[in-house]
Amino acid sequence: MKLLSKLTKNGYQNYIIVILFFAVFQILSSTGHISNSLKGQLVPIVVYVIMALSLNLVVGISGELSLGHAGFMSVGAFTGIIVSATLQNSIPNGSIRLVFAIVIGAVFAGVIGFLISVPVLRLNGDYLAIVTLAFGEIIKNLLNITYVGLDSKGLHLSTKDIASMNMKPDGITILNGPMGALGTVKISTFFSGIVLLLLVLIVIQNLVASRCGRAIMALRDNRIAGEACGLSATKYKMIAFVTSAAIAGSAGALYGLNYSTLVPKKFDFNTSILILVFVVLGGIGNMTGSIIAAALLTVLPEMLRTFRDYRMLVYAIVLILVMIVTNNEKARDALTGLLRRFRKKSVKEGTANE
Amino acid sequence: MLTYLINGLSLGSVYAIIALGYTMVYGIAKMLNFAHGDVIMIGGYVAFCSTSYLGLGPIPSTLFAVVVCTVLGIVVERLAYKPLRNATSLAVLITAIGVSYFLQNAALLIWSSNPKSFPNLVGSIPNVVIGELVIPSTAIVTVIANLLIMLALTMFTGRTKMGKAMRAVSEDKGAAQLMGINVNRTISVTFAIGSGLAAIAGVLLCSAYPTLMPTTGSMPGIKAFTAAVFGGIGSIPGAMLGGILLGVIEIFAKAYISTQLSDAIVFAVLIVVLLVKPTGLLGKKVSEKV
Repeated sequence: MKLLSKLTKNGYQNYIIVILFFAVFQILSSTGHISNSLKGQLVPIVVYVIMALSLNLVVGISGELSLGHAGFMSVGAFTGIIVSATLQNSIPNGSIRLVFAIVIGAVFAGVIGFLISVPVLRLNGDYLAIVTLAFGEIIKNLLNITYVGLDSKGLHLSTKDIASMNMKPDGITILNGPMGALGTVKISTFFSGIVLLLLVLIVIQNLVASRCGRAIMALRDNRIAGEACGLSATKYKMIAFVTSAAIAGSAGALYGLNYSTLVPKKFDFNTSILILVFVVLGGIGNMTGSIIAAALLTVLPEMLRTFRDYRMLVYAIVLILVMIVTNNEKARDALTGLLRRFRKKSVKEGTANE
Repeated sequence: MLTYLINGLSLGSVYAIIALGYTMVYGIAKMLNFAHGDVIMIGGYVAFCSTSYLGLGPIPSTLFAVVVCTVLGIVVERLAYKPLRNATSLAVLITAIGVSYFLQNAALLIWSSNPKSFPNLVGSIPNVVIGELVIPSTAIVTVIANLLIMLALTMFTGRTKMGKAMRAVSEDKGAAQLMGINVNRTISVTFAIGSGLAAIAGVLLCSAYPTLMPTTGSMPGIKAFTAAVFGGIGSIPGAMLGGILLGVIEIFAKAYISTQLSDAIVFAVLIVVLLVKPTGLLGKKVSEKV
């Protein structure tokens, strides 16, 4: 208990937000107040919140733009699916299998993140961003030609087609190249997602508040000054990058085991960008902002259903307007002026009524 | 072998034209304009409509597409990017993504998601046959268009007053303003030129690959952006070189290694080049002052 209170002392408001969010939705769904489409969105919301937190660690805390975060998510997702399918017979309990899948997915994504960070962190600025984009596309392309099957002898891997895996007749195909994973047993639950989210928050917030986190932020604010103080830029940026990749992998595993079918194409450039949008709209470096923005923006297209065909158009306009209002002084002044006038008017009406 | 090279040059020329738009905007406004790929798509659709519905010839419909895209570029710049002139680059990036979503979904509403088959606008010119080698007319027109654009842009930035203003703004905004250059107008003109080029690229791209969808522009957009970085972002000859190399590499990878892995190979080459030359092939190394 003491350890837990010590671990959660930084940014405790975020834990409260997450637990409240869970409680509200749990009550709403048990009393039957949420639509089925929203119920289906609960795990994706948690996944995107975790993705936003993970990307915020790179973009906000470490100060490097990453445009390939969906790549780590896909590594985690497909690793998780393979792990779950392999352990299906030996561990019948879904929750325990999910834990294994998430842990191994995170480790795999972390290893890939480490391998990628070695070349990536030699660059800076927009060049670094484009290389992460390139790696994201490469991961997607490689997964597109990956075939994995399972039979009584174990796992089989091929980069050509199902037939070249030479499986026994009882073998099942887990990954089918561009068709992705088919027939995955869904074991992700909203509760397990919330637990993972709380763990991720503990990891990130304690990392940021630690000596290591301060070093990462110092290097973000002024790399030259930081290095002059004896901080190794590569080492600290790598810590942030690999942690972030591993967290993205864990979120990916949760995501992958929430659907019965999943294609590698799902994790393309647009998904990476979507997560970046959450981070920027929530406020770069602000974890609470990331949580709220990711949750709201995942549900927003759902809520804009009344606009029907126009909903993505409205989404785009909302996005542009929010960026302009939050970043342009004139627009901000105009908005606050408008709000003030509105308030004055309502006060006047209030007194007139009396 | 030669056929592949010609296809590569043709595809590379399209990338080069798109990359020029990216690189010019980046050089001057220091922003990654992710909506550029979608301007290409709009250009393609406008040309499609003007030939199919209005019955215009190839050259008038291309010119029409250029005009529409130029106006679109100016309007987008005025409404979405200009208010963010002093904001962080990430804010501008997200706005560009918003514009990209907007254009894609607007196209989806106007033209629906069904792919349109684009009429080959340069099909009336006969293919050139040398012995057994057939050079498609599309490839010839694309390469020639690319060379002309390159020449015109070099002349423009080197000789004219506006071109010199552009170079000055890209070097130092503040100092350019002190010298009496209208920075805002220069940036608008850059957007206009970039978008006009995107329209030409759209017509050429769709002539070579005649399926037109609201998402047509996004992958060539990303590839051209890669090409711009490959050659050194901000440099006009760099964009040209990067685009052509990228196109050739892509076609050869498709032909000799694997169709599915060709994109991965293109990106892998980019990564290797950036590791050896961190600012691209022709990029200038700007050392940071302490």
